[in-house]
Amino acid sequence: MTTVSPTSTVTARPPLPLGVRIARLWGGVLTALTVLLALAWVFPMYWAVVTSVKPENDTVAMPPTIWPQTFDFSSYTYIFQNSPLVRWYLNSVLTSVAITVLVLLLSMLCAYALSQIDFRGRTWLFWLILIGFMIPFQASLIPLFIFINQLGLVNNYLGLILPQLAAPIAVVIYKQFFDQIPTELGDAARMDGASEARVLFSIFLPLNWSITVSLAIVTFIAAWNNFLWPFIVMNDTAKLTIPVGITQVQSAYGVAYAKTMATAVSAAFPTVIAYLIFQRRVTEGVMAAAGLK
Amino acid sequence: MLKTVPGKTDTQSVSKQVQARQKWMTAGLMVLPFLVIYLLFLIYPTLRVIQLSFTNADLNGSGHFTGLTNYIKLLHEPTFWNALLNTLYFILLTVIPNTLVGLGLALLILRLRRLKNFVLAAFFLPYVLPVSVVTSVWNWVLDSNFGLFNFLTGSTVTWFQDPVWAMPAVAFVTIWWTVGFNILLFIAGLQSISPDIYEAAALDGASGARLFWSITWPNLWPVTSLILLLQLIAQFKIFDQIYLLTTGGPFDKTLVLLLYSYREGFQQQHGGYASTIGVVLMLIILVVSAIQSRLLNRGNAA
Repeated sequence: MTTVSPTSTVTARPPLPLGVRIARLWGGVLTALTVLLALAWVFPMYWAVVTSVKPENDTVAMPPTIWPQTFDFSSYTYIFQNSPLVRWYLNSVLTSVAITVLVLLLSMLCAYALSQIDFRGRTWLFWLILIGFMIPFQASLIPLFIFINQLGLVNNYLGLILPQLAAPIAVVIYKQFFDQIPTELGDAARMDGASEARVLFSIFLPLNWSITVSLAIVTFIAAWNNFLWPFIVMNDTAKLTIPVGITQVQSAYGVAYAKTMATAVSAAFPTVIAYLIFQRRVTEGVMAAAGLK
Repeated sequence: MLKTVPGKTDTQSVSKQVQARQKWMTAGLMVLPFLVIYLLFLIYPTLRVIQLSFTNADLNGSGHFTGLTNYIKLLHEPTFWNALLNTLYFILLTVIPNTLVGLGLALLILRLRRLKNFVLAAFFLPYVLPVSVVTSVWNWVLDSNFGLFNFLTGSTVTWFQDPVWAMPAVAFVTIWWTVGFNILLFIAGLQSISPDIYEAAALDGASGARLFWSITWPNLWPVTSLILLLQLIAQFKIFDQIYLLTTGGPFDKTLVLLLYSYREGFQQQHGGYASTIGVVLMLIILVVSAIQSRLLNRGNAA
């Protein structure tokens, strides 16, 4: 399958009816196969949604039903009434928004200075930040936890947020973008008496608006989905974020699959919707983060 | 405060000095917020994990210097070697398969016209799900009694509790979850290959497999090696899926390095020993990145 080059279908062929027909047939087969694979890929998600709206008894019925015989939303009302799901939602929304805003703001400021202000030590500083790329924060989980604990920030939203702001990637991406902007643009505004902050926010930011939006969405999704750090730093049930929280209630449900899937669907809802609405932005952000743009 | 407009001074050198100082102040104010957080929450813990690895600290960080005791213990600990081998096994099961599947799907998707965006979205969608959602969905699909997969195939394997199948099952779930990312990068890579090269080759009579091996593959190598590196680093740090699907079981068959460190640190309160595992993990990742970037550069030169 991998032997088909992307342009093979475009290649013009002399009018050989049989050859063309075979090529078309082959193309049709490949297309059908691709679509089938795509459907198979999303099927587990479909299956989760369908299970969540079945009555609990029907989920274990043999043979399984592909479409619910009766729609039953009681799993959703049950989980929202019997677990702190709403609270976890709020925790996730507030911390993810805070992380997104702060990551963008801090890295934008830092990258602007690194890119546009000629100060002593800036090359050195940039290298220091590049080192951060190589460092896996997971390896130093223990000292990070000890430190947060000493600061009294375990079970505290600040303890959840602060370490997630130490990501050098946004700085590097912003710096790359700012580097492409000619310095004359800023100089002109400075001659007119604009401060650096003004130059950044009224000239550079609008020029980078599209990457800012992409980065914001990708940062938000990553913060929302983060598991390891919130799992370690938050122990108080009420203060959990939703991806960590649902694992707690699910193990309590045992074999209640409709309820388990209802919690999964609820937790996935915001990021899936964000992706479906901002598809292009998400892909742009992912590419930028991977260093391909 | 933030102005860098040159002030009027008598001599040029003084003016320059003032200007330089003002620039430095402004830059400092802009860099400082990020820098402080970066140093406190990334660099400091990284230095501290090295220091802790030479102590018998608990989870509060209090302990004594014990020299190389932790490292010697680690090397003699079968559980450590088990965790290291399991991590490598997981990497074997994910990195290359995920790359090949990603490339294959990218090639299939690129030749589509109208359905392209829809199909790409279908493959990418799992990537935006939280890990706990991914694991609960697959726990349900692969459930041994009522799961759809075993019903359709007639299998009776208890996927995540089976000593042989637990790791491949976690690897499979990981590929399902993350392949969209690879597809995206491969599509970007494939699109950046100039169509002129294909046309020239087609004029020379090359087609199909020939085009792929002599044009697509070599031109795609920089992206391929980037994808391999990103995955390699990510999979060394594997924790979430394993913790949620198998918690390292059955019989430590899926115990990986980070989970081992987590157990030692957070469950056994062996902060020092857990830090030693962390240091080893960090060293492995640094070495891998260094080797891989060498290879990547060579691929670029070729």
